[in-house]
Amino acid sequence: MGTLMTTAPVLHFRDVGLGDVATVGGKGASLGELLRAGIRVPTGFAVTTAAFRQTVEHLTVHGEPVPVRVATLDPADAEALAAGCAEIRAVLESAPPPDDVAAAVTAAYAALCEECGDPSLPVAVRSSATSEDSAEASFAGLQDTYLWVRGAESVLAHVRRCWASLYSVESVTYRLRRGIPETDLGMAVVVQRMVGARSSGVLFTRSPLTGDKSVVAIDASWGLGSAVVSGDVTPDSFVVSKVTGEIKRNVATKTRWHRPDPSGYGVVEADVPGELQDEPSISDDEIAGLVAVARQVEAHYGCPQDIEWAVNDDGEVFLLQSRPETVWADKDRARKAAPAARPYDHVLNLLGGKRPTGG
Amino acid sequence: MTERSFPLPSQIEAVPGAEGWEAMYPYFSRFQPEDDQRFWFYNSMHFPEVVPAFDGITSEIPYTAIGANTARLFSFPTTMGIEYRIINGRVYITANPVLDEATQGERFAHFQERAGHYYGNWDRIYGEWQTRIEALIADIEAVEVPVLGDLDPLEVVTGGRGFASNHYLRENFHRCIDLYSKMWHHHTEFLMLGYGAYVVFFEFCKQAFPEMGDQMVARMVAGMDVTMYRPDDELKKLARLAVELDLGDLFVEGAEPAKVLSSLGERGDAGTRWLAALETAKDPWFNVSVGDGFYHHHLSWADDLTVPFAALPRYVDQIRNGEDLTRPTGRLAEERDRIAGEYRELLDSDEEKAAFDQMLGLCRQVFPYIESHKFYCEHWFTTRFFQKIRGFGQLLADRGVLLEADDVFHLRHVEVEDALADVSLAWASGGTELGARHWQPIVAERKRIVEALSTWSAPPALGAVPEALNDPAVKMLWGITQETIETWLGGEDDDGSTVRGYAASPGVVEGVARVLLNVNDIGQIREGEILVCPVTAPSWGPVFGKIAAAVSDIGGTMSHAAIVAREYGMPAVVGTGTATARIATGDRVRVDGDRGVVTVIG
Repeated sequence: MGTLMTTAPVLHFRDVGLGDVATVGGKGASLGELLRAGIRVPTGFAVTTAAFRQTVEHLTVHGEPVPVRVATLDPADAEALAAGCAEIRAVLESAPPPDDVAAAVTAAYAALCEECGDPSLPVAVRSSATSEDSAEASFAGLQDTYLWVRGAESVLAHVRRCWASLYSVESVTYRLRRGIPETDLGMAVVVQRMVGARSSGVLFTRSPLTGDKSVVAIDASWGLGSAVVSGDVTPDSFVVSKVTGEIKRNVATKTRWHRPDPSGYGVVEADVPGELQDEPSISDDEIAGLVAVARQVEAHYGCPQDIEWAVNDDGEVFLLQSRPETVWADKDRARKAAPAARPYDHVLNLLGGKRPTGG
Repeated sequence: MTERSFPLPSQIEAVPGAEGWEAMYPYFSRFQPEDDQRFWFYNSMHFPEVVPAFDGITSEIPYTAIGANTARLFSFPTTMGIEYRIINGRVYITANPVLDEATQGERFAHFQERAGHYYGNWDRIYGEWQTRIEALIADIEAVEVPVLGDLDPLEVVTGGRGFASNHYLRENFHRCIDLYSKMWHHHTEFLMLGYGAYVVFFEFCKQAFPEMGDQMVARMVAGMDVTMYRPDDELKKLARLAVELDLGDLFVEGAEPAKVLSSLGERGDAGTRWLAALETAKDPWFNVSVGDGFYHHHLSWADDLTVPFAALPRYVDQIRNGEDLTRPTGRLAEERDRIAGEYRELLDSDEEKAAFDQMLGLCRQVFPYIESHKFYCEHWFTTRFFQKIRGFGQLLADRGVLLEADDVFHLRHVEVEDALADVSLAWASGGTELGARHWQPIVAERKRIVEALSTWSAPPALGAVPEALNDPAVKMLWGITQETIETWLGGEDDDGSTVRGYAASPGVVEGVARVLLNVNDIGQIREGEILVCPVTAPSWGPVFGKIAAAVSDIGGTMSHAAIVAREYGMPAVVGTGTATARIATGDRVRVDGDRGVVTVIG
């Protein structure tokens, strides 16, 4: 990407790809890449790391830019650290960001509203980390997700909340103790059209239990995916053979769901109506659709994927996020079968008590 | 661990009315006091019913052959042969493992050389096997039951033969037994090596794709030109010919074969042509047992046309309705190769793909034997063998020793020799056979014993629970693993509505059960019912076009029911042991072919 792109405060998903993690974070880059691969993902844009840097350099606490201020904090002095972090967060959440950043986010949201034909388009606002380090990500509050946000003001406010989460006490302590310079700090924020999810969940393009790559394992429940991700509900589970399409199903009693608040803003958690609780939350056709998309994504990346997805009221499948599956990837390297000198050596070895070949 | 045990052989209680059953079987098949220390499992796969005295030969001879092959010919490193015991008419077996590592190592060196020779020359040796087994079948068919006339024919004297026909009682009866023994040696010649290749590929698939169902492995290696389908295919051809020749009206449900045959004789040229086609099809394709080849009463289609003729009316109807009954071998082969290709592509490295290719290739090389040997051995040869023995039985009945021919099957084979010696002597001396007084009460008693024993519910296993069961031979042939034993041990907790077996063909279906104990009853089955039966053989083939799922007492994932169900794409659970006893016709059942579970739901 050229310098012009890396300095832009916002970038539409269609303009980014896997190479842009440093600018738009992992989530943003992945969504752009999926769009490029022709996968249906809800449209949106990323507020770039450049916008974040510009903002924290611009805002001051006691006359010092935020990064300088952080460097003055002492991780050993818990009380002072907590107070210092609180001040920084308050500034980030309440003081106006640079005009061009605010204008760019407002304009991008307006363009998105225009694109989708809804003047107060509901969106999801999520932090998008540039680091692959999951420990760092969890300390740094890089898991923030705000659903069902409407209006430019509110979008900007939630973007700033994502930024502010980088200055939690845990996050700052983590950086100070590890000597991670504040100038290295980068975070993007993804603003994505909200899908009216009738059902949603997560899927793996291999079995999370056995590592088997010949199946797609789908967890699904009613409403928004946050119910599944947070463990608020025991989801339906479907294990689908990539080769034959056969489905092993385990339909659960789904007692809770997360739905958009009737006011149109935010999310409410509630009991699933009794008549829906024991019904499968997705149909066989939708399962087939999910498997097809999941395999397309897996083929595009060339490795097993961990995917968040949703199905809308029309039964259309959307991917909300896709990242490489990591748990089994390491174990793969240990498991290997090799060809033998003669095919039947495999049998001799097995029946001989698995002695090494060549005896 | 110690409180968990199966009943000990010494604890098995006598079955009322079956006193004296021991005399029906050889002394070396009886449980000994020290056998309490060992683990035995009921071979319900091959011996689901009480074994009549003569039929004891179908355990005695196979185990002399299979053990000789593994222990003494091929020198399998970790196992010698199989020991068997009979109690209350049921056959229990245990494998003799080789535990000493040094011995295993010595045996392994020989094993590599010997098994390597067979694998390395598989196609040539299997080709020769085919010739040898067909020669054996010709030999058993050529055995003559001697005719003992008042005087031997003049040619015996003028031709200078020099011995009388009663000698052939001894020689020809013995020849049947000798040929049966040879057949079993040939049967087991490739068996363990063939299954070994299959197990290697199976284990590889299970490791690479733990979610893969057992039946998927079989699907990837299944042959297309399978002998097992041939009898049913021949029947379909005959149905087509009947329609072409405008003879379809003769084939209606419930018609007696004899009547159909005589009606055909009255239909001029068309009838003659059809009867000629029947004769061509019969030899050899109707030499298929209605059972699995381990009991004398499992006749062949050729011996009893009831079964094939019961299937013809439906085929005639289907052909009249324009249905194509030919097996779509092209499509099946394509699907088989697509599945194998897709799994191969899912492997991580070229190394693994190369190993996969080797194992699959070897498997497909050995599979023609695995799929075809049963037709030649258990079906063709064995049904001919029992017919010859029945011929000797007829002679004994004609000579007044027995009341009817089939009574011969209540004598052990060494006792038959005694009875034949009695006839031989009486014929020679001009006296009278003494056997009527001796054998007829014994036969009558044994018939009662068999009846009494048939009510005994055989435990799945006896004796001490093994620490670990990982003998590849036991696993390969009987599918018995540590998990199986756990299931047997835990069986008591069941609520009685669940029957477990092998997941043989995937899918879940609910429907009404039809329990058929005998293939002759297949006319009773209605479209969409779930077949529950003791075991299926090729003669059951016609029923699969009608049913929604299959459940059997006996069989593994390579059994006939499993193979045919997969081809028809219907769920199947096999090897349940008890389905026919625990499910009744009319029960509503759910067959889960993915997990191997059958549930009675109403």
